[in-house]
Parts: sequence; C-alpha cells; structure tokens
Amino acid sequence: MDFPTTYDVIVVGGGHAGTEAALAAARSGALTLLVTQNIDTLGQMSCNPAIGGIGKSHLVKEIDALGGVMASAADAAGIHFRTLNSRKGPAVRATRAQADRQLYKAAVRQTLENQKNLHIFQQSVDDLIVAGDVVQGVVTSGNIRFSAGQVVLTVGTFLGGIIHVGMEKKAGGRAGDAASNKLADRLRELPFRVGRLKTGTPPRIDGKSVNFEGLEAQPGENPRPVMSFLGHVDQHPAQVDCHITYTTAETHDIIRAGLDRSPLFTGEIDGVGPRYCPSIEDKVVRFADRDSHQIFIEPEGLNTHELYPNGISTSLPFDVQLALVRSIGGFENAVITRPGYAIEYDYFEPRDLKSSLETKHMKGLYFAGQINGTTGYEEAAAQGLVAGINAARAARGLESWCPARNEAYIGVLIDDLITMGTKEPYRMFTSRAEYRLVLRQDNADRRLTEVGRKMGLVGDARWSRYNEKLERIEARKAILTHHLCRPNDPVEVYLGQKLSREYNLSDLLRRPKVSISPLLNAVGLDWDDDEVNEQIEIDFKYEGYIVRQQEEIDRMLTQHEVPIPIDLDYSLIQGISNEVRQKLSDVRPESIGQAGRISGVTPAAVSLLLIYLKKIRQLDDRRRA
Amino acid sequence: MNHQDTIAAVATPAGRGGVGIVRVSGPAVSKISHAMTDRALVPRQATFTDFLDASGEAIDQGLALYFKSPASFTGEDVLELQGHGGPIVMSLLLSRVMSLGARMARPGEFSERAFLNDKLDLSQAEAVADLIDSTTEAAARGAVRSLKGVFSDRVRALDLDIVKLRMFVEAAIDFPEEEIDFLSDDRLVDNLESALAQMRILTQQTNQGAILREGITLVLVGKPNAGKSSLMNQFAGEDISIVTEMPGTTRDVIREYISLGGVPLKLVDTAGLREAENEIEAEGVRRARAEMLAADGVLVVIDAAKDSDWVSQTTELLAGLESKPAVFVALNKIDIATEVPKEPVPSPYHATRVSAMTGAGISELKAALINQFAPNVTTESNFIARSRHVDALTRAEQHLMTGRQVLLEQSAGELFAEELRYCHEALTEITGEFTSDDLLGEIFSTFCIGK
Repeated sequence: MDFPTTYDVIVVGGGHAGTEAALAAARSGALTLLVTQNIDTLGQMSCNPAIGGIGKSHLVKEIDALGGVMASAADAAGIHFRTLNSRKGPAVRATRAQADRQLYKAAVRQTLENQKNLHIFQQSVDDLIVAGDVVQGVVTSGNIRFSAGQVVLTVGTFLGGIIHVGMEKKAGGRAGDAASNKLADRLRELPFRVGRLKTGTPPRIDGKSVNFEGLEAQPGENPRPVMSFLGHVDQHPAQVDCHITYTTAETHDIIRAGLDRSPLFTGEIDGVGPRYCPSIEDKVVRFADRDSHQIFIEPEGLNTHELYPNGISTSLPFDVQLALVRSIGGFENAVITRPGYAIEYDYFEPRDLKSSLETKHMKGLYFAGQINGTTGYEEAAAQGLVAGINAARAARGLESWCPARNEAYIGVLIDDLITMGTKEPYRMFTSRAEYRLVLRQDNADRRLTEVGRKMGLVGDARWSRYNEKLERIEARKAILTHHLCRPNDPVEVYLGQKLSREYNLSDLLRRPKVSISPLLNAVGLDWDDDEVNEQIEIDFKYEGYIVRQQEEIDRMLTQHEVPIPIDLDYSLIQGISNEVRQKLSDVRPESIGQAGRISGVTPAAVSLLLIYLKKIRQLDDRRRA
Repeated sequence: MNHQDTIAAVATPAGRGGVGIVRVSGPAVSKISHAMTDRALVPRQATFTDFLDASGEAIDQGLALYFKSPASFTGEDVLELQGHGGPIVMSLLLSRVMSLGARMARPGEFSERAFLNDKLDLSQAEAVADLIDSTTEAAARGAVRSLKGVFSDRVRALDLDIVKLRMFVEAAIDFPEEEIDFLSDDRLVDNLESALAQMRILTQQTNQGAILREGITLVLVGKPNAGKSSLMNQFAGEDISIVTEMPGTTRDVIREYISLGGVPLKLVDTAGLREAENEIEAEGVRRARAEMLAADGVLVVIDAAKDSDWVSQTTELLAGLESKPAVFVALNKIDIATEVPKEPVPSPYHATRVSAMTGAGISELKAALINQFAPNVTTESNFIARSRHVDALTRAEQHLMTGRQVLLEQSAGELFAEELRYCHEALTEITGEFTSDDLLGEIFSTFCIGK
C-alpha cells in the first residue's frame, strides 16, 4: 500500500547514526519517519558498552552542543566515568563513560518517543523508490510504500553482513539480528562504489564465574566528569569499578595452535579490519615477542552479570575461544555467555558523498554511519546528525551545512571520509585534527551551540545556560585583565618569587605552572563554577597557539571558498598529470580547499584547477552577456 | 580573490647576471618595504636605496620599486628590489623578505595571481597554465638535483628521527591506556636532543652551501694534453686554467662556473688521467676520480689527432666508476687531425667533434649538454631549490627548538606535539607528503595498540 502521509525525511536504521539523524531532522522541524527492523533495539550498543574516549568524546560533546542525544543518554546510563589524558593538557583531554546497555537504550528510546515531528515504524526496508536519479521514498518488507523527498540510510553492518566464528559462517547483521540483503542487492545495482570491511567482538563472560581476587580494580574518576553540557552527576546511576587482567604465555600458545581454523588467517575473511583494534589472534601473530596483552574487563550493566572483556576480540572457533579465555588470570573457570565473532559487511566508498552526506549519484539519498566505512558509535552518531540536519534543510530548500575542519571533529571526520576515503574502518583520533588545540572537548559548546541554535537544533534550556556561561567567562576575564598585582603583593607567596614590576592577573595566569584556582585563592577572589574558571585558564594559556592556528585557518579558508562543480570534466584541464587527474575524478571535490587536501594533489595542480575554473566562469559570463 | 599570503621570489634568471631582482607580492609588502628601505616608497617611482637587514646594516644597494594594488602586475601590492645579481646577494635579500612575513612563491605563482586578479586576459590562461606546468617541472628537477647525495641522506635521516618522535608523542596522546607512557620516558628527551643536534648541523651546513649543490657539475677528464684546459677556456670564454704544451700541467682540480642555458654549470678541470710520475700528480689523479664520482656529467676529452680508438679509451677512463654520471665525449683537435675519428654504429657514447683551438663544434657540444641538463630552463633553478631547502630547514629547526622548550619547561605534551607537527610539515616540503594516516600507520605497526 501507499502510506497516506508524505514525510519530509525518512531515516532507515535505528542505531546511533539513525537515531541522531531522525532526532536532528525532527528537531529542526521536518516531519520525520524512523524505520527500524526492531524498535526494541533502538539505541543498541552492539559492541563494547562505552561511550567516549580520546577523540570520541570530542565528537560526543559536539553532537551534544547541536542538541543530540548521545551525551545525555551517556549521563543517564553511565556507571563508570573516566577522564583520559588528565595530565596532558586540555586540548587532548577526553571523557569516557561505561554505560549500562539497558539504561542507555531506554534513554535513547525515551528521547525518540518524546520528540515532536518524529514517527517510528517497525519493519525492514527492502527497496528504495527512485525516479531517475532522485529518491522518492522506501518500500518495506510488508510492501508498504512510504514517500519522502529525503531518505537517510544508516544501515550499519547489516548490508550483506556475514558473521564468522571459526570456519562457520552465516548471514547476519549483528549476533541475533538478520542482515538486510534485499536492500544490499538493490543498492549494489546503483552506481556506488562498494567495498568490504571487517570488525569483531570478544566473547562475553558471566561475571559470577570470574575470580576478581588478584585482579587490578580500576575505580571511576573522582571528581566524576559529566558528558553533556546540561548533564549533572546527580543523574548518574550507581557507579561500579572496571578491572584489568592479562593474557598469558599459555593463552598465546592456545591461539597459535588454533590459527589453522582462524577465518582471518585461512583467507576466509577478505574484508579489511581496523589496525587499532586488532583481534587477539592478530596481536599474537604480529607482536610475537609480547608474552602478555592487557584486557579491560568492562561491566555490561547494573542488572546483569555479563562482562565485556575488551582486548580479546576474536573469530577463532568456539572451542579455542573457551580455552583461551580460561587461560587468562581470573577467568580460570569463566563461563562464556556469547561467543566472539567477526563480521564482514558492505560499505560504500565515502568519496561518493558530498559534505552534506548526500550521495553524489542520487539526489535526496544520504548515507551515515558504518555504511560509510567508519567504526564506533560516536563516529556514526556524528554523521547521523549531519545527514539528518541536511535532509531536513534540503526538505525546506535550504543550503546544506557541515562544520569545517577548524570548527569541529565532526568536520574532520566528514572531510576525511569524502576526501581521502578509507581502507579500514575509520576511527577518530586527535592526531587526525590539524587544529587540535582549537578543537577541544571543553569548548565544543562555544564552537557549535550558536550555529545549532540558528538551525533550530538547540532548545531554550541549553541556549540560556550557554549564554550565562559565556557572559560569566567574559566578565571574569575582564576582571583578571584589570586586576593588578604590584611588587610585595601576597600573590608572591603562591608564585614562589618576587614580582619585578606590576602585572595583571591574566599575565600571571599565562605563566607556565600557574593554575587558576590557587591563583584566585592567593588574591582572595572566591569564584565558583569550575567549568567557567577552567575555560578562562585555557583561553589565556593557549592564546598564542590559538592565534597561530587561526592564521593558518584564515589562509585555508580563503581558498576553501572557491566551489568546484561536481560534474567538472577533469580531462579538459591542461597541464595536470594523469595521476592527479585520476585522483580528482575519484573524489570530485566540492571546493578548491577539498581538492588541495586530496593526497597527491600538488599546489601546482590546485593552481591549474583555479585557472581553469576562472577561465570557464569567464567564458560563461561572456556567453550570457 | 583575496590572497592572504605574501609571496616572494628571485625574478631574474639564476647565474651571474649584473642585476638581480627580488619580487614580492601580497598584503605584507608595505611592511616589508618599510623595514628594508626605512622610508615610505612612492608608488610607481624608482628609489635608489640601501636594502637593510634586521640590524639596520645594508645587505645591498639598488633600486626599490613599489606598485600599489590594484595597479600592479599581480593586482596586489608589489615590491621589486633590484640589486646586484649573483646568488649570495639574492639569497640574502630573499631570506630577509621571508623573515618579514613572505613565503617562497611557488613556480608561476605571480602569473597565477595576476590571472586570478583579472590582470591577464582570458586568452593568456593557457600561457599561465603552461608556465606553471613547465616551471613546476623544472623546479622538481632542480630539487632532485640539489637533493643528490649527502644532503638528501641527512634530510631523510632527520625526517625519520622526527617521524619517530611524533610517533611516540602521538601514541602517548591518542592511546594513553597502553602500557607505556612515552611522554614521561627519558628516551624521548634523548631522541629529541639528538634530532635537534642533527638539525643544527644540517641547517648550518646548508646555509654555508657546504652540501647543497648550486648547479650541475661537469668534470673534464682525459689523457694529459688532450686539451681539457683549452676546452674549458673555450667554454668559459677566458683563460682560467694554466695551459702549456707540457703534459700534466694541471695538477690540481680547477673549477669554474658558467651559465649553460640559464643553469649554473660548474666545470671541473682535472689533472690528466694517466699513471702519475710524481707524487703531486698522483694526488691530482686521485682528486680527479673523486670529482667524477660526485659529478652529474663527465666530459671525456680525446686527442683525436693521436688516438683513433677513442671508444676503448673512454671505457678505460670510466672503468671502475661506481656512480653513473652522463657521459659526453669531445673528439678534440679535429683541426689538426689527419683523419676524422670513426664512430661505431650504434655509438656507445655521445661524441662531438670539436676544436678547442678554433672553437669549431663547441656550440654543438653546448647544445648536447643543454639538452641533457637544462632542456626547459627557467628561473626555478637549483638556486631556488636551494633557497627553498634552507627556508624549510630553518623553520623546522625553530619549531623543534620551541618544542623542546615547551616539553622541558612546561611538560606540555600537546604543545610539544604541535611544534613537532609544524617542524615535520616544514621538512616534508623537502621530503614529500606525509599524512596523519601515515603517522597512524607508523604507530600501529610499531606498537600493539587496541584493547
């Protein structure tokens, strides 16, 4: 049947990308339908039960600044919080929460159900409705035709998914869920470039069978951080410890003996796995000199004994899994609740996408999440958010939006994907961000709340709290700049040295090894709100570096603005080498800035491109005149 | 279109012309002209002035011309400093301009800006594109030439050191839960100190021109009295080598620079290669072989009046040479040779019949050399390539020094990482592109990452 309502936006998939996409589209005013195979798995964490981490919490806080759900769900479900890199400077500091899977899912589902303009429907999507190169809706397995001008596909690892355990393999999108093969076949008929990736999970363990005595306990952070700008520690459920254990020489022997039945080493798996998250068999083979590897034992939740042993992802046969688990300290009598497995799945070459995440080949069709070759909840959610925003904007005839590399990790993520593509599951790292000192998790709100508000994504509560914070920062900075300390001022006791002349407090704060709290104490300023104080300290301390990065950014932006037609015929540009020509045609960059970031495209090639663009523009003008 | 960068380049051909011009274009021009001439220049008017260095001393004297935007070649503010030609003065002026905020222009970039700012007609688009294309290629060749040998080895070794440092630092930042914290490891500081020491030596030597070649080296070899020195004089146009009728006159190695189609060509005259009869001569022969090893080309000079079997003689002269320079043969003294030397088909060597006495055949020989070494010569020559290297190394060193400071004094790992990144970016201008993904690749192949 043809469903009677026409939607602005349809989102296919209810994982981390799909839920953020649906919420963002609906938040910005588009009538949105979320279609999922199973409403009970909305917001499901299919891999490890943690949100955030280095580079990732940066993404989470950016999603949060744009009104997304991930950070607040992590606050509602977080049972163990850590601040990473706490001693390494604010730019690279990060937050990670271990989440109770059930609580996390419940928080996401509650948010979805309460979102205005959003409908949810359970059935799998088998086909797209297409007219020429324009998408018009989707067809579900029940043969219901939903129409919409914009369709966001967030189907994760479900496209042509194959699950491997030892030499056994079967089709599946995730342990316990079916793959979406009909949709996969349909998409393979379209002119998208398709690749194959692989990822894996460890066997899960029943906590009752683990002997924690002698295992190193890892307590949560104190004081405990929060994930959302609007979050508060009072929201957090009860907190628990994580534990650390290690593989043994025996574990490695067991693994080596089982390699002849490993789908990874016998050539059964041809998808490319992530280098930063190798399976335990991979680690044992590649780093043969190590006789032990670290395993983080993560709790799955408050109301379950199940544990996630992070570090032993594997697709070895079950009998080998059982033996290797039981050779690990504390796991001598461990009971496995679910076997580990590897999954291979289709992904689409992300260089076929625009920065809006709309596909270049089909108008109105957007891809977000693992389908684009990424891994990780946070990376998926970030793309979902951008795709959802742009689908809603396109429905209203507005220009697309994507943050630039200097504005957000979300921008780095999307630009990397659409410019470089990826050969392995793409994960965010801070080293991918050339403007790392500007893109901090502590200033995500200051980078994105305003633009989020303009796009209708940011609610009143967040907006007023944000403005309050900004005003406070400015007011306090003014005081610090005007507060003078003369020689013999009591502040000398804290500084441990005499003042040679008059200094204002902001000058003193810029000195290495001077921190804001003791400095305020020393001069008798009693300021609450540590978040604001921290911002002030970072602003002053990084000032020189931020100015330099800003200059670099300004230089980049003057070039970035020149747009390139997506259908430009690169064979007509004289002087560029065939290699560069091929690279440009592979990516079809949207701007000169993006063209220059393609690996192997030289500054000279960019110059030739600029000259060619100017030439065709002038010829066009002449023709019109 | 608004360009933020100010660019600079030597606008006159490399070599030893009488006047050399440094051209600067972009928003920093007025600041640069004021700092270097200590006066406000009047647009479109030539001013005779000192060109000042940072301490106010004159680097050179000459004409300064200032063109105000948009009435200039590029459409931006443009400054031209016309000083005494020659690589040293030009290099000093260029580095002074760069220290005041300009960067080295890329090949053809002035014309590119002129075109983009509507200063050139549409019909010139192709000419500009051609210019960028050809000059980029020439610059690449210049870079390859100047990168030969010891300089290249050292820059690459240094590059590896920096990659290693970055690998440790970035791994510590992105993977803090792995078992070692590299930032607090003493070896990191040791590695840093050793990289910095290497870099200092390299910048110093590069600045002194000790290891970067400024032109193409062509070594003249041949039996005593085959006419090497006379031929060299023919090339250079004046008497530079001591020429007598007595075999073995040239005992030491004599060098002369000439301009070959715009590319500086270093001619090296050697002692005649034969079994030396005394110690001084033996030393001369030893040096000649050393020169041949390091040369871009070898010009074998044959006395065509005496030696008809020049092919085997050439093969003999080159025997045992490990490097493979381009080989040219000059069959000299054809004016007095009784019969024209025969050339086998196909000929194993490129031979030209010449007379160093009458000058016959010299232009053919020059043409062969130009065809080999400078087929498409522009101002982007080795000299420019060298200035680029010096500039890149200087910036790399500065960032490494700042990085050392923030690491040791503030233990600021993330700022150290930042300086290392800038340092490495400067080095990659010499060694080639290195992406963040390459860096991650280094990390993953070295450390067992992943929980």
